[in-house]
Amino acid sequence: MNGVHDMGGMHGHGPIAPEADEPLWHAPWEARIFGITRAMTFPKGFNIDRFRHLRELLPPDLYLARAYYDHWYAVCIAALLDGGLATADEIRHGRAAPGGARRNDAVRADQVWQSQKSQGIFTRELETPPLFAIGQRVRARNINPAGHTRLPRYVRGKVGVVHLHHGGHVFADTNAHMQGEVPQHLYTVAFSMRELWGPEASARDEACLDLWESYLEPA
Amino acid sequence: MSQHSHAHDDDLAHHHDIHSELPSDPALRVKALESLLTEKGLVDPAAIDAWIEIYESKIGPRNGAKVVAKAWVDPAYKQRLRSDATKAIGELDFLGRQGQHIVAVENTPEVHNLVVCTLCSCYPLSILGLPPAWYKSAPYRSRAVLDPRGVLKEFGTDLPEHVKIRVWDSTAEVRYLVVPERPAGTEHLSEEQLAALVTRDSMIGVAKVKAP
Repeated sequence: MNGVHDMGGMHGHGPIAPEADEPLWHAPWEARIFGITRAMTFPKGFNIDRFRHLRELLPPDLYLARAYYDHWYAVCIAALLDGGLATADEIRHGRAAPGGARRNDAVRADQVWQSQKSQGIFTRELETPPLFAIGQRVRARNINPAGHTRLPRYVRGKVGVVHLHHGGHVFADTNAHMQGEVPQHLYTVAFSMRELWGPEASARDEACLDLWESYLEPA
Repeated sequence: MSQHSHAHDDDLAHHHDIHSELPSDPALRVKALESLLTEKGLVDPAAIDAWIEIYESKIGPRNGAKVVAKAWVDPAYKQRLRSDATKAIGELDFLGRQGQHIVAVENTPEVHNLVVCTLCSCYPLSILGLPPAWYKSAPYRSRAVLDPRGVLKEFGTDLPEHVKIRVWDSTAEVRYLVVPERPAGTEHLSEEQLAALVTRDSMIGVAKVKAP
């Protein structure tokens, strides 16, 4: 979706302003929502791509105004509502409706380290050979899907060179809609800044993006 | 993916309408959410504590700094890191969520690497821990790909014109570790002393490593 989350190339957001000696958390609630997001039971089939999609569905004014970890809160409640795991009333009041069944399958503390070490592997074996070779010129397709995509606007229609091939990876665009992993070859494509931003940009500098095969066409 | 509007996503977006009815203070909302999830058996508060503890004490930029220092002192390790960083970092047992597929990109006198995620906040958590606020902010996400030299100057890093900048936009599940240049005058330092010099910012690519 062409949302406000797709920020590459925008002006007007101000200086970067890194904090000196930034703490890990800026308030205790940040740690709690981080831990909740890691530990809670999400609806069946929920995945990280869906998490990202729910985040980018935040209305643009909220997306820009709210603190980073408040986005995580918004994703958690959207996932609970969408998956039927909680009602709006329950979220408003912080109390379960009377008579609801209590589950007993939440992740336990002694399972957390194993989850940290073993989860998040997105490579998949593919039987089809890659369409593109390292060094080949490719064009990022000009597509504007209303759903989730990881093809940023600033490279659409632009020509780059295949720099790395990563093998098969879970395809974010389908996974985010719970339409399956449908793995594809993933490539790093290098685009010259001049191709992306015009003749005044550096002829030497490059932006490298990880792009799935269906984002690309021969150039 | 088609360009038609997804009816189901419109429903999902409506789940965000609830925000206008909730307290503005996130501390209150998060507390209520934790109570609700605990009551429904959808979360174990001890597991929340355990996740926080992992990121406070086990996972952080010290992991990445050990990888960099080892690459500086051990040419064979550096070669393994160049050819298959995932495997080389696995040797030190630093793989994990948001850091199972890693590419190491090496700064040299000719090339400087910078990492960003323009679409969200992807970051090599397993080797660098939680990202700093500026990395997740709109100013950095918007301008790192448009004006990397200007962004680097905001961090006090002024690169000569002849140095090529490569910006790595983390658009998939591959995570990037910048291997900064080893500063001159550190030949006498041990691997452990070198690791202590390597900052988080130098492994994102916004700063250089300074000699002590």
